[in-house]
Amino acid sequence: MKPPAKMSKPTSLFVIFFSLFVMSEAVFEDQVGKFDWRQQYVGKTLFAHFDSHSQSSKKLFLATDKNIFASFNSRTGELFWRHVDKAGPEGTIDILLLHGQDALMVVGGGRLLRSWDTNMGGLNWEAVLDTGSFQAACFVAMQDTVKHVAVLKKAAISLHYLTNGHQKWVENLPDSDTVQYQAVYSGGEEEVYVLGVVPNSHLTIIAYSLEDGEIIKQRSVEAPWLSSVESSCVVVGHGVLMCVDTATLALYALPIQAEEAPQFNQILLQVTPVQPRLEVSPGFQPVLVSSQPHPARSPISEFFLQLGPDHHVLLQLNADGYTIAPLRDFQPAFLVSFSTTGEKTVAAVMTPKNETSDVFPPQLYVHAFLKKDDSVGYRVLVQTQDHALTFIQQPGRVVWTREEALADVVTMEMVDLPLTGTQAELEGEFGKKADGLFPMVLKRLSSQVILLQAWLAHLWKLFYEARKPHGQVKNEVTIETLSRDEFNLQKMMVMVTASGKLFGIDSKSGSILWKHYLENVQPNAVFKLIVQRTTAHFPHPPQCTLLIKDKDTGLASLHVFNPIFGRKSHIAPPALPRPILQSLLLPVIDQDYAKVLLLVDDQYKVTAFPSTKNVLQQLQEMASSIFFYLIRSDQGNLSGFRLRKDLSTERIWEVVLPTEVQKIVAVNGKRPNEHVHSQGRVMGDRSVLYKYLNPNLLAVVTESTDAHPERAFVGVFLVDGVTGRIIHEAVQRKARGPVHFVHSENWVVYEYWNTKSRRNEFSVLELFEGTELYNSTVFSSLDRPHLPQVLQQTYIFPSPITTMEATLTEKGITSRHLLVGLPSGAILSLPKMFLDPRRPEVVTEHSREENLIPYAPEMPIRTEWFINYNQTVARVKGIYTAPSGLESTCLVVAYGLDIYQTRVYPSKQFDVLKDDYDYVLISSVLFALFFATMISKRLAQVKLLNRAWR
Amino acid sequence: MASVPRSFLLLSIIPTILILCADFACCNTGRKTGDGLDTDFSGFSVPLEHSFEVDDVSRFRMRGALQLRGGRETSVSLSQSQLSEEDRNTLKEVAAVDGLYKIRVPRVSLTDRQTERQMDGYLTAFVRACSLVESHLSDVITLHTDVSGYLIGVSIVTIPGACRGTEVEDEVDLEAFNTTLTIIVPTNAPQPETALFIERMDIEHEKRGKPQEQKSFFAKYWYLILGGAIFLMASSSAQPSAGGAEEQQS
Repeated sequence: MKPPAKMSKPTSLFVIFFSLFVMSEAVFEDQVGKFDWRQQYVGKTLFAHFDSHSQSSKKLFLATDKNIFASFNSRTGELFWRHVDKAGPEGTIDILLLHGQDALMVVGGGRLLRSWDTNMGGLNWEAVLDTGSFQAACFVAMQDTVKHVAVLKKAAISLHYLTNGHQKWVENLPDSDTVQYQAVYSGGEEEVYVLGVVPNSHLTIIAYSLEDGEIIKQRSVEAPWLSSVESSCVVVGHGVLMCVDTATLALYALPIQAEEAPQFNQILLQVTPVQPRLEVSPGFQPVLVSSQPHPARSPISEFFLQLGPDHHVLLQLNADGYTIAPLRDFQPAFLVSFSTTGEKTVAAVMTPKNETSDVFPPQLYVHAFLKKDDSVGYRVLVQTQDHALTFIQQPGRVVWTREEALADVVTMEMVDLPLTGTQAELEGEFGKKADGLFPMVLKRLSSQVILLQAWLAHLWKLFYEARKPHGQVKNEVTIETLSRDEFNLQKMMVMVTASGKLFGIDSKSGSILWKHYLENVQPNAVFKLIVQRTTAHFPHPPQCTLLIKDKDTGLASLHVFNPIFGRKSHIAPPALPRPILQSLLLPVIDQDYAKVLLLVDDQYKVTAFPSTKNVLQQLQEMASSIFFYLIRSDQGNLSGFRLRKDLSTERIWEVVLPTEVQKIVAVNGKRPNEHVHSQGRVMGDRSVLYKYLNPNLLAVVTESTDAHPERAFVGVFLVDGVTGRIIHEAVQRKARGPVHFVHSENWVVYEYWNTKSRRNEFSVLELFEGTELYNSTVFSSLDRPHLPQVLQQTYIFPSPITTMEATLTEKGITSRHLLVGLPSGAILSLPKMFLDPRRPEVVTEHSREENLIPYAPEMPIRTEWFINYNQTVARVKGIYTAPSGLESTCLVVAYGLDIYQTRVYPSKQFDVLKDDYDYVLISSVLFALFFATMISKRLAQVKLLNRAWR
Repeated sequence: MASVPRSFLLLSIIPTILILCADFACCNTGRKTGDGLDTDFSGFSVPLEHSFEVDDVSRFRMRGALQLRGGRETSVSLSQSQLSEEDRNTLKEVAAVDGLYKIRVPRVSLTDRQTERQMDGYLTAFVRACSLVESHLSDVITLHTDVSGYLIGVSIVTIPGACRGTEVEDEVDLEAFNTTLTIIVPTNAPQPETALFIERMDIEHEKRGKPQEQKSFFAKYWYLILGGAIFLMASSSAQPSAGGAEEQQS
């Protein structure tokens, strides 16, 4: 199926110089940051430390669940530096310890020990640890100086030098198959204590010599009530292990260093001479919180006991080491923390101010420091449930907030901004129903007055601002001043994050204009964002619907909101008692111009939203032409349904891909807002090759279950979503996923891993109807008996890719580019021209006429194709494209760990005048020509008159 | 093929077309099953059922039998009976209410006889009943298989496919199916054509490169150098006085 291209004289110069007419695109230096912005995020904080090395330091160190170690400016919340490790368990940060200028980190479940220089963020050293799952780590001090770090694994303990990471000694733990070793403690003495537990039997304490790792003492203490050291024990005071028994609600104290046979001293909570009486909330496991300010010294003797979700008690261990004294009762108090500076220790308690605060903060970090007058100052870093990181300074002032939920954007949409007030007023005038001549005239007059008013206000503002110095005039984007610009380049980005927080971001500046936290969103929820009504239907507000579906149960709920202001809509979404299998947005609109959303449940019953009478009536009329498909990838089953008048469905087709052979990995239709400008391609001989533009076409990608490199394959099926007809079925042999693909217009581009040649390859499929159209007026899947011609070509791509998307423009005139996210963080804008199955192997007159690039097996990557120059997007997960009001311009948002927004011009800015366009010259020439014509016309008239007189 | 005397109605079996895909042999290479099985393999038959009801509730009846022959040369043929008078009337009624005409075949494997009966479920396809009536029962049925020979899908289209609302008066037109039957196996997607490209580059390189390499700089441009030298000589010898005169003037 290759294009018949054979000619006796192949021209080779063409191969080399084809780049001459492929336009190159790059950013000029002065354009950097003009149309694009990037925001960097780190994710949810796991460990945080303040830089207490020097008094004036403004550094903040965070380790996050995205395997990132980062440093922030505590004054502004800006990122100083950031280290992005491998995603997944290989890069997990197990612990972050900070001492002086060194930040110690155990990475990858105890795989690596790293030391970072906190000043510059450079890596001091990295040591590979012995295998074994990580349990705990702590600094070990000797004679008041911290020189070592102890790392406790499941079956071994090792001591490393802080200066170079070399291992001082490593010792196997005795009876590690029965004893669960969970904690390591050092109080500045010559010993390191390892605490292990045999659940519900006894506690084991082993003291190792710091010098050579010799076991000095090994004792076991009866503790039938103890199940875990990690969760119920802390060390307080001079080496006293304080444990809480969750069953009998008693505190137990045990001196770790005791020489003779030690025993736990029981302090029953109920009978302690504590006023008021301590009672544990029902169903709550009491938790102890203590603090060891410096590794060379013992922990402080004060500690917190948490008795309920909002109840903490501050207790003090008396000097005898056996009795405790209550200091203060805190209720309500959600979070507590200690912080020490010099000799002073601050206990921070977070209490809720009002009951309505829905974002419960799970983590609190306090930094105390001595002020000049020797009083204690403090700074607080709060991590809330919605992944926002807030920094608070002394008198309770919020210095900055970072929305770290944006590190995990799941899906997004771009919504047009509303018209300005005046434009909206005009629209509204025409939108309203006419009610007589006189009221119409009045309405017209009133709107004219409003327009005049607005114009005067605008003039006044201009005048007022002109008097100010230029630098002070700042165009702050606020939700009130939002309005559409001339070319619709500024839009509202509605972003949905995995934590369930929604954001509305201005696409021009990147500032967050609204945010909304959805509570009770399960961590494994799947989101689908649907724009039901755009901004075009003034006075009806735009409307977005978010479908939140639990991945396990399939139960779904709807959140309906206004995408411009983020406010929840007053429209009540329908109750969805059954799991939802499929959702589809129909082009049918109700009387309020909202598109109808159909939700199909597991009994194949359909729920319509909105479900007004008008909608139901329309659905009944159209029922026989509403088709939808369902895919059950676990069964390899694709089936099609047709809507019945009573909103039940009937199954009309079924295709089954046996799961023993291959499994469906992805299904992709076309984007509904895509426009295709030209129906065909003009070939070299002036005939037209018509595209097969089936809007119902689905691209189904499968991977073989057989993973052997010789037998593995990737299957590409093109299935009509209405009739279930398999339009094309191709198998890429010796190929394996992950498969990334884009389905648009009449083509599918997919990328896979070639197992034989060990490289990434791109393949492009294009579908053509041939030189004649079957029915040129309308496309119907039900009436297209002939299968399209399929052309395919494959190329080598010299880089792995992480995501792929195609550019989209208003009318589809501009040539298409593929936006390819590379693992390096670069985003490549690859002209579709290079992925054209009609690229000839031998250059002919016709192919040159068509501007076809001769076939070359390797796809080039040019650095000028990187649209984000040095603004790399770490771990790019998705690329979103949206058309703008300018045909040449496509808005691009790449999201992953970072968010990057820019504009691309696939065919250059053919509809925009350049910045340095010489208006004066052009207009003066025009005027000159105009006057010249006038004068010459006059002269000609005079001459004619004179001739007539003669 | 369409007009068959009515007396032969139930007896007449219409053999239809069998088509196979030419490049199935090369598709076999990656298959894990059936390489040994397809040598002496006789065909087997599976039922082809159809359903057309006014109330759109599927009630499948026998339409014919598909004779499948797996192996290296996959082929298929269809033997089907004519429509009874009752069926014809129903079909017309269904067409009048824009109902669907559905067909289904059981899921089978063309190569592996053991699993042939074990797989449950059917593959279903449909076409609008009106287009079937208006095309005078000329339909194209396509069976799709996957790489290991399982039937994965069936499709039916009529030619012409449109419903124009033309009345089919002649009863004879609706008696017998005029079916074209095809089996489509997956095509192999192309690999990057490196070998051909390198070969072509080599040829071009040779064509272009050879004379260049042999000729030296002087050999290539001797005429230019010679011409230049002659020109220089000529100009210097012809106008010594003029040049000299200018120099003297300045």
